[in-house]
Amino acid sequence: MWDMSGWVAWALSAIIFVWLIYDFFKINIKYSEVVLTSSREGVDELFPTEGDK
Amino acid sequence: MTDITVSPTSSQPVNLLKVLGPVHVWGLGVGIVLVGEFMGWNYGVGKGGAFGALVACFISGLLYTCVAMIDSEITSTVAAAGGQYAQAKHTIGPLMAFNVGLFMVLTYSMLGAADVQVAGQLVQIGAQNLGHAIPWQPFTIVCLAALALLNYRGVFATLTVNFVITAIAFLTIIILFVGVQPWNPTAMLFHKDLLTGLPYGWIGVIAALHFGIWYYLGIEGTCQAAEEVRSPGRALPLGTMCGMITLLIAAALTWYVCAGLLPWEYIGWDAELAPLYDAAHVTGNSFLTVALFVGTLLSAIASANGCVNDAARAWFSMGRDRYLPEWFGAVHPTYRTPFRAILFLMPIWAVFALYIPLAEIITFSILSGLLNYTFMPMNMWSFRKKWPVGTIRRGFEHPFHPIPAIVLMCLCITTFFAVYLGYGRQLLAMMAFYIVASVWFAFYRYRYVKRGAQFTMSWPKPQGY
Repeated sequence: MWDMSGWVAWALSAIIFVWLIYDFFKINIKYSEVVLTSSREGVDELFPTEGDK
Repeated sequence: MTDITVSPTSSQPVNLLKVLGPVHVWGLGVGIVLVGEFMGWNYGVGKGGAFGALVACFISGLLYTCVAMIDSEITSTVAAAGGQYAQAKHTIGPLMAFNVGLFMVLTYSMLGAADVQVAGQLVQIGAQNLGHAIPWQPFTIVCLAALALLNYRGVFATLTVNFVITAIAFLTIIILFVGVQPWNPTAMLFHKDLLTGLPYGWIGVIAALHFGIWYYLGIEGTCQAAEEVRSPGRALPLGTMCGMITLLIAAALTWYVCAGLLPWEYIGWDAELAPLYDAAHVTGNSFLTVALFVGTLLSAIASANGCVNDAARAWFSMGRDRYLPEWFGAVHPTYRTPFRAILFLMPIWAVFALYIPLAEIITFSILSGLLNYTFMPMNMWSFRKKWPVGTIRRGFEHPFHPIPAIVLMCLCITTFFAVYLGYGRQLLAMMAFYIVASVWFAFYRYRYVKRGAQFTMSWPKPQGY
């Protein structure tokens, strides 16, 4: 069992990275660059001030 | 549960979410640092003996108390991701901000790479103790992958996990302290026989400062959460100061237990990886041994987790301001995390974790961190001079200004000298790297920066302008 543990760890890592890459491309295709990079410093979305609206 | 997913056609900006509280700030700051109690600090014992390391622990504790005070005031006012980078942008200027951003990315990236390397090696050591020989590399990579996934999918879960595992790791130090019966100092502890004064005199104490900062390196990382805490004015000073108190207690307990159980020559030996675990081992108590093994492993994972969070936010902030390509300034529309910055940094971490020796990675991290601390006194002077107390709303005002800034500057210079004694070549190489990067920024990259858009705080004009 211990001999297999290294391979299990490699397999788990591969599954996680494949999912991350899948989601990464999915989001980049679905959303425009303008939307993804629209974040602004100092803006409070939950409790917006007059200046943020 | 509220759906925070932004639609592809939305005209609303996709921002980081303000969902964190003081416990998350504590979990982030202490989580990054606590691994320094389990390993790393002990090389200072090799430089200055056990007493020398204790003096270094106190002096470095003073240095970081100044860091925490200064950070708490400025970050509670400049509540933006990027921490000291965002501060430098507002108080000093773009070139300083670019350098400070790089200091932070390198500090956390190198520290995080060291952490996952250690986590993999600890799994290997644990298996060896059970009689099984396994490689460490797959466990390092699976640890990195799991932390990347956690950070990618949201900051609240990431820092909640960090709070829990950091608290467990801290608890194991308390358990060991109680387990060695400190109320009966001669039962298990041998301070009287093991403490031998200063083997290399006071120059050894100064040299020990290089590793004394290991007890606290990274507490300034709490600032990176500034844009995601619900109440920056309360959560950041509270989380950072409580974190600093926790670390001072943990550092004192660590030194007391290790110096009473192990000879200083062994603690400071180059090949000694985990002194707290070894201290537990020599007690002969299997419960303490297992507890400290778990504590050491969790502390390494918590530190790496906090470092992914912080390095990604520093990189993201620089991208958002176009100090780096704007592509890095993207936020995930569902998880609200800087997902491109997280994914971009992970392969770099993997290369460092798998192929670079631990001591070298740690030295890169320490040097970049120290450069960042040297910037802080200048930042504080500039901040108080341009916006004196009363001219803008501060979440926290630290007392006795400018004494903490002066003390911090003096201690940074002394620690630079200590680092120069042991790692002069690396220090000079690191300085050369930052000078080259500064030239690139000033003569090439700065043309892409939106100059007017950098200053985001609604403050009055600074005094003197």
